[in-house]
Amino acid sequence: MANELFTRDTQAIFWNNNKSAIQRMLDYDYIIQREKPSVAAIVAPTSSNKFEKFFFGTDEVMIPIYRSTAEAVKNHPNADVLLNFASFRTAYDVTNEALDMDQFRVIMITAEGIPERLARLMNKKARQKGVTIIGPATVGAIAPGAFKVANIGGTIENIVKSKLHRPGSAGLVTRSGGLFNELSNIIARNADGIAEGVAIGGDRFVGSTFIDHMLRMEKNPKIKYMILLGEVGGREEYKIIEAIKEGKITKPVIGWCIGTIAKHFSSGVQFGHAGASANAEEETAEAKNRAMREAGIHVPDNFNDLPHVIRGVYEELKGKGIIQDIQEPEVPPMPEDYSKALAAGKIRKPRNFVCTISDDRGEEAVYAGIPISQVATPDTGYSIGDVISLLWFKKRYPKWATDFIETVIKTVADHGPAVSGAHNAKVTARAGKSVVESLVTGLLTIGPRFGGAIDGAAKYFKYAFDNNMSPKEFVAYMKKQGIPIPGIGHRIKSVRNPDKRVEGLKKYAKEFFPATPLLEYALEVEKETTSKKENLILNVDGTIGILMVDMWRALGYSEKEIDEFIESGTLNAFFILGRSIGFIGHVLDEKRLGMPMYRHPWDDILYQVEKAEEIK
Amino acid sequence: MAQKPIREYDGKRLFKENWDKYFSGLNYPFESVLVRSGEELKEKANEPGYEWLKEKPLVAKPDMLFGKRGKNNLVLFKVNKPGDVTLEDAAKWIDEKRSGKVKLLSGQEGELTHFIVEPFTPHTEEEEYYIAATTLDENYDVLYMSAHGGMEVEENWDKVTEVKIPIDATDEEIEKLIRENIPADIPEDKKETYAKFAINFYKFFRDLNFAYLEINPVVIVGDNVYLLDLVARLDDTAGFLMKDKWGDIEFPTPFGMPEKSPEEKAIAEADAKSGASLKLTVLNPKGRIWTLVAGGGASVVYADTIADLAGGVEELANYGEYSGGPTTDETRFYTETVLDLMTREKDPKGRDKILIIGGAIANFTDVAKTFTGIIQAFEKYADKMKDVGVRIYVRRGGPNYEKGLKDIKEAAERLGLPIKVFGPETHITDIVRMALEEDKKGAK
Repeated sequence: MANELFTRDTQAIFWNNNKSAIQRMLDYDYIIQREKPSVAAIVAPTSSNKFEKFFFGTDEVMIPIYRSTAEAVKNHPNADVLLNFASFRTAYDVTNEALDMDQFRVIMITAEGIPERLARLMNKKARQKGVTIIGPATVGAIAPGAFKVANIGGTIENIVKSKLHRPGSAGLVTRSGGLFNELSNIIARNADGIAEGVAIGGDRFVGSTFIDHMLRMEKNPKIKYMILLGEVGGREEYKIIEAIKEGKITKPVIGWCIGTIAKHFSSGVQFGHAGASANAEEETAEAKNRAMREAGIHVPDNFNDLPHVIRGVYEELKGKGIIQDIQEPEVPPMPEDYSKALAAGKIRKPRNFVCTISDDRGEEAVYAGIPISQVATPDTGYSIGDVISLLWFKKRYPKWATDFIETVIKTVADHGPAVSGAHNAKVTARAGKSVVESLVTGLLTIGPRFGGAIDGAAKYFKYAFDNNMSPKEFVAYMKKQGIPIPGIGHRIKSVRNPDKRVEGLKKYAKEFFPATPLLEYALEVEKETTSKKENLILNVDGTIGILMVDMWRALGYSEKEIDEFIESGTLNAFFILGRSIGFIGHVLDEKRLGMPMYRHPWDDILYQVEKAEEIK
Repeated sequence: MAQKPIREYDGKRLFKENWDKYFSGLNYPFESVLVRSGEELKEKANEPGYEWLKEKPLVAKPDMLFGKRGKNNLVLFKVNKPGDVTLEDAAKWIDEKRSGKVKLLSGQEGELTHFIVEPFTPHTEEEEYYIAATTLDENYDVLYMSAHGGMEVEENWDKVTEVKIPIDATDEEIEKLIRENIPADIPEDKKETYAKFAINFYKFFRDLNFAYLEINPVVIVGDNVYLLDLVARLDDTAGFLMKDKWGDIEFPTPFGMPEKSPEEKAIAEADAKSGASLKLTVLNPKGRIWTLVAGGGASVVYADTIADLAGGVEELANYGEYSGGPTTDETRFYTETVLDLMTREKDPKGRDKILIIGGAIANFTDVAKTFTGIIQAFEKYADKMKDVGVRIYVRRGGPNYEKGLKDIKEAAERLGLPIKVFGPETHITDIVRMALEEDKKGAK
């Protein structure tokens, strides 16, 4: 254990709820058939969740979330690895705090650009406490077949192809995280894979360097040879050379420093990491490659020859019997993610919902196929009436029709505070309820007696007209049914005192509608009814219902389609929409006035309560 | 993100702004201005607080991150005799110096654009001390102190005392270490002042996240401290901690750096706006081998391998990388920029140009998606690419790489562009070898 970074029992605390990285660790656990998930807990200071769900194969497991590292440590005393995925602003504080807890053996830090002074303080403290810091600015480390840090190794497919799912014979250390997968691939193709791999990180000051890991690998019997990929800048590679000279490293080492290109350019071009610039001749990639070669390290002539050198060392160790053949373990198939399989067209499922009016999946949400930005601003030429025609009827109506729709909306927007819906909204608002609650109370009043006449008028007038009833026959028919004709009659308005709203609607329709047959029929009916009583005029609800039918007819809808509109309550919907404007006005008015709770006065209620009769 | 040099003026401004906190008991008359022209200097002299520009003899020098200004004869401190430089003289001198290119002894060449102007401080050579601090390694900072400052400090390096200070030393430890090591040849009557200054100089260096800070010379007269020449680098990764202390600090481009080309600037702008990383340096616009490489590490090994296998960098046209999941549009823009540069002229010797589309095995970047942007750029530049004769070599691995490779191959073939395509089964840089070997075949 002391010579291995991770085992199959190693568990980590993951700082930051980085769901995709954690899922990748659990996917890895699944294919190597670990018993316990490699992530014991998550620390997320701002999370209000108690746990997060992750897949483990086709099953799901719950991983607890804590708001502090201290809490996680208390509940998971065996988790001795901290995967610090905090940002460069907080990564130092998280590490510093974790070091004081004396539970972590390994701390991996992913953030790039931690202030150098803080990085040095943190690294020094870790060394004093014997804690291995991997990073900052690293993709992490892996012990194939045992434990994988976050995203290292890439997709499961690549992990298996690069033999990162079971231990091989090489120990790999690299500065570049981006080339880690590539090296694993090279080693898998030319040898038998790696037993442990570490990307030490790209910042100038990293917590553990090549020498720390290679001295450990020297003592790990699973590792038969080591591969070091360094970079221009720094002197870390010389420490390996020293260790070889002092006999502290005896296993074969293959080495290469990238950035040999830098020698061709005096200055100005930054090749590679922030820490990657040579401050002296010995720090150039070329000098380090030369020195490594002189120390007996296997150094290729150039990067392109690295595979051959690896193959050579591997074959030699195999020839000597130091490396044995590996029996390849069985890899359980990795279940595919639903969303990925769906995107790839590999699976299908029936949909539970259908939507035919709008779509929010693309670059911009659309109303009936038209992006919102193309209907929103005045210069688009689209009005509210147009938006209603798009979303309610999936068609763009001509201007005379959308203007009519707007006329209706404006006409029904409000009718004062006394009508039952507005009254209810006001009472609710005064009870301290929100805008939406108050509005809904008002809206719930809408029905057959309040606002519902629009539907009814359209329905009955159309029925009579379609069945060729004469106005007389219609009035008689309704009387026989025992139903007052919807849309006929007004409390105070009469033939001599006409409703100006109705006058306006009629005038507009006569001028702009291609034809108004139902209105004309209704006016004949009105003549019939007003001859009996002055105030039995065609009222505003009736006019709207009837004109809507005329509108749809002129727009080319079939009778069946219009009947469906009426049946589904479309006409009422115009009233609901319009009157919502007024209700909201009343609710805001109450809020503005700050009126107290309303209580109905006793003297306005007829109390007539008798003692309940007892039924035996 | 790295250690970045700052102007002498800004270094002195930081001293001034933090003086009382660190150096109480000592005086630092901060009289410095940073100007770009003689006219600006003269305007400055009319502002309140800058009367000294008219009243005192002046010193003027460029403030552009290069040293050895004295040896380069770029310090104006006398017209006829030291200390006789007037505002007019300084303004005239600045305009003279900024009117053409200057070549330094080091070989760096460029235009002078920024000048620092200060009062002339009469002093003797004996009063010139030296002090500097730097981040030595993971455990130690080091403080350099000497009684012999001035232009010849490097020649007198054996007289410099080096004190290694552990990065986690307490204030008491720091004080003890420094006091124990005050250079013996500092005159007795100055020792206490120098020690006090040195201790707080180190704390100032540490707390403000300097990576390097040198004052040479520092002149001490009584309780007055004059910082005559200053060189400093800040650790810019500490910027988020130092917002208040650094103020609006500028990190200028080092003197003599070639101006960025419009294409490089365009990529740098796209990079600044993007969450992904887009980098482009044009090394040789007439070069024959162009690279489009994903990933920082991979970009280095491709450049290395081209130099190693081609026997030098004469043919390598560019260096750069894209990574961190660029969008299709970003990849297309990046590719178009490279293709535009590479198809401007034919190779003078009539050889093919080579486009290396390389990359390691990606962790999670969707290769097919990235290649969509490259294919779109091909479509736009196919005719030009055929005109100059471009051979394309592709090598990439990672998520969805099979589809990416298939798409790019089909697109190139449809457009009539010669292309060879490889996945992770081929060594990352082997396409460089193939491309160069194909050259030799062509030459036969």
